[in-house]
Amino acid sequence: MADQLAIGSRRGLRPALPLLLPAYLWLTVAIFLPLSAMAFFSFMTDLPLAGKEWTFTLGNYAAFFSQSLYSTLLFASLRLGLEVTLWCVVIGYPAAYVLAKVLKGRSREAIFLLVILPFWSNGLVRIFSWAMVLREGGILDTALNAVLPFKINIDLMYSYPAVIIGLVHSYVPYMVLTCYLTLQAIDDSLIEAGRSLGASRRQVLWRVIIPLSMPGLIAGAALIFVPVVGSFMEPRILGGRTGTFYGTVIEDQFVAVFNWPLGAALSFILLAVVLIILALAAPVLRRAG
Amino acid sequence: MATTRILEGLGRFYIVLLLGFLYLPIIIMAAMSFNASPFYQLPFEWTTDWYASLWQNDQLIAATWNSIEIAIITTLISTVLGSMASLALYRYEFRGKKVLQALLFPPIAIPWLITGTAMLIFFFGVGIGRGLVAILLGHVALALPYVIVVVSARLQTFAPELEEAARSLGANQWQVTMRVTLPWIMPGVIAGGLFAFAVSFDQFVVSYFLSTPGQTTLPVEIYAAIRKGFTPEINAVSTIIIVVSMALMLLTARFFKFGGEK
Repeated sequence: MADQLAIGSRRGLRPALPLLLPAYLWLTVAIFLPLSAMAFFSFMTDLPLAGKEWTFTLGNYAAFFSQSLYSTLLFASLRLGLEVTLWCVVIGYPAAYVLAKVLKGRSREAIFLLVILPFWSNGLVRIFSWAMVLREGGILDTALNAVLPFKINIDLMYSYPAVIIGLVHSYVPYMVLTCYLTLQAIDDSLIEAGRSLGASRRQVLWRVIIPLSMPGLIAGAALIFVPVVGSFMEPRILGGRTGTFYGTVIEDQFVAVFNWPLGAALSFILLAVVLIILALAAPVLRRAG
Repeated sequence: MATTRILEGLGRFYIVLLLGFLYLPIIIMAAMSFNASPFYQLPFEWTTDWYASLWQNDQLIAATWNSIEIAIITTLISTVLGSMASLALYRYEFRGKKVLQALLFPPIAIPWLITGTAMLIFFFGVGIGRGLVAILLGHVALALPYVIVVVSARLQTFAPELEEAARSLGANQWQVTMRVTLPWIMPGVIAGGLFAFAVSFDQFVVSYFLSTPGQTTLPVEIYAAIRKGFTPEINAVSTIIIVVSMALMLLTARFFKFGGEK
């Protein structure tokens, strides 16, 4: 660091400012000011637009605490986030392990790319594709009835499991990615050492591999849990009437009911929950560097 | 050793299953865009009518152009501004640098539902309102942190001695940047730009809250169409989107290694 200071980098904020200002001004106008405005707005009775009367109030927050509907939905969303995250661990971790420790060379590179590729394609389209598969008379239904000798009706569309399946499909590549990065960094000789000292496969897994890959697991869990708690498009499309969650209620305040101050308060409560979760995950991630 | 081989075989099989889970729905969705039945009925009858009818759908075409324009402008702005910021963060030491770097994470980590509704409130309050300008403002802000992170990662591999050498040979700051630093970090800049394009082109949540009828993007139009009911036309346009964004990411991967392998 001292070396680098001496040779490459220079001191002082002033020469850096012209390069920094445009980007950070943009972030301020489009992210940080809006977030502050939302905090301010959540304490108002009405939109301060078009000469409407407004005063400061705690009513929007009182609504959250007095009406059990909102806290119930927040818990439903937290539960949804937890379940989706757990499924992503169960499905994604073994895949990350195989990628990091079993596959080698070019096939590993190619398959790794294949696994994370869908993640960067349009999320809305992928949720829509599950609607194709899950609806009654859809592909899953037709395929199972063609194979099985008896008639069954699979109609998962517009149900809680459909929402889970769609969300797990959307987010499992995150878990594979973060776990792969930490698993790949584990020295194979540590695993061999454990084995040669007489530990069983299971012991090596629980006492060496999983503890060492914990940062990846936590990072993946945080990256999945947070957006799932705030999801609204996926429950709307795959959940139908059973797909009412905290996110869909916030969406309604802004696009259907037009109670923006309440929407702002609900958003802000969600933000608080999210920040607490990220703060809890941060120490583990920092230790991992 | 036999057990090891069996376990490895199982592992490979598992990866195949996972890839099936990830890709089958998309393949089925795409296949249905070539099926003649408007109710997705089998047996499969080949047609390209649904793609042909997309051309008649003016609303969808207008939204597509909006999406492409916004994605291109977002890419240009965020790549230039983001690369400049990365250079500053790399070159200079000053108080509060850690804070500036930490400020890049809220836009990435906060759910888009919160960012989107906050932008809607603020843009309405200051008179920008909803529409394409608001969407562009939002997209650039969402793309900037990705560009800065990607370009900074590339800068980590750049030896500062090279800049110093150029300077001592009489190059001014502009020449150093354009002829020494920029060529070296170009793969990172291109990858950052492709990321920015993908973030904008696939963005739904923020666009959804900031759009108005007539000033909207493709994903927002698709969401509205899905909620009215499924038609093979949606499959057709979805297939086009998914092919475009996957091709973009394959291109990005050529410039930027995701796996952390050097």
